[in-house]
Amino acid sequence: MEVKADLTLDLKGLLCPMPVVKINQAIKNVPIGGIIEAYATDPGVMADIPAWCRSTGNELVTIEKQDKVIRFVVRRLK
Amino acid sequence: MALEQIAEATAMPSEREVQNRLSMVVFSGDMDRLMAAFIIATGAAASGMDVTMFFTFWGLQAIKKQTPTGRSLFGRMLGVFLKDIHGVGPSKMNFGGLGRWMFKKMMKAHNVTSLPELRQLAAELGVRMLACQMSMEVMEIRREDLIDEVQDVVGVATFLEEASRSKITLFI
Repeated sequence: MEVKADLTLDLKGLLCPMPVVKINQAIKNVPIGGIIEAYATDPGVMADIPAWCRSTGNELVTIEKQDKVIRFVVRRLK
Repeated sequence: MALEQIAEATAMPSEREVQNRLSMVVFSGDMDRLMAAFIIATGAAASGMDVTMFFTFWGLQAIKKQTPTGRSLFGRMLGVFLKDIHGVGPSKMNFGGLGRWMFKKMMKAHNVTSLPELRQLAAELGVRMLACQMSMEVMEIRREDLIDEVQDVVGVATFLEEASRSKITLFI
């Protein structure tokens, strides 16, 4: 899915709880409606980023695994 | 009065006031359990929850400075064996410190955030760290023996008040 990201995050190599902590810090740096694109390698991200989006009320635009890298896109809603 | 209003007015205070909070008792001073406690605390704070950690008994080692503690003979003897967050060992397979060394090596190799870093992160994310007054008295640990990030020294009633309006309560 093609989106224009306001911020791109490299979370590769980070393990729980750091991907969630980093996305939580980063989301404050984009405006409401803004887009963060991130790349991670922790397989736990596949479950945790959707859960984080549900807990915080932000939108998971896409999450996909390509080889070992997981790419996800989050839109800030509040 | 609408039915919902009646239900609201007659609800127990605890049912009315449950907030997006996590309250945790940290009883254990084991490295592995403390890892779990701080990972849950930082993860919850990063998910928008208000998090409070109550450190009691062996858990006080997680918020203790490296300084020796104790006044009486027994207190000082205990103080010799109390660790700080850098010195705590795993609950299984510590083998007199070998296990701690091995776990630290393995966690570093896998790029897991270390226990002291997790505690620092918790403080930065606004996790409230409270210490248990009674266990501090028994173990002869003074406020000055605890790290500055500890916000307050409290008792059971404070924990219960917090816990009663928390979505999640844990005992670790």
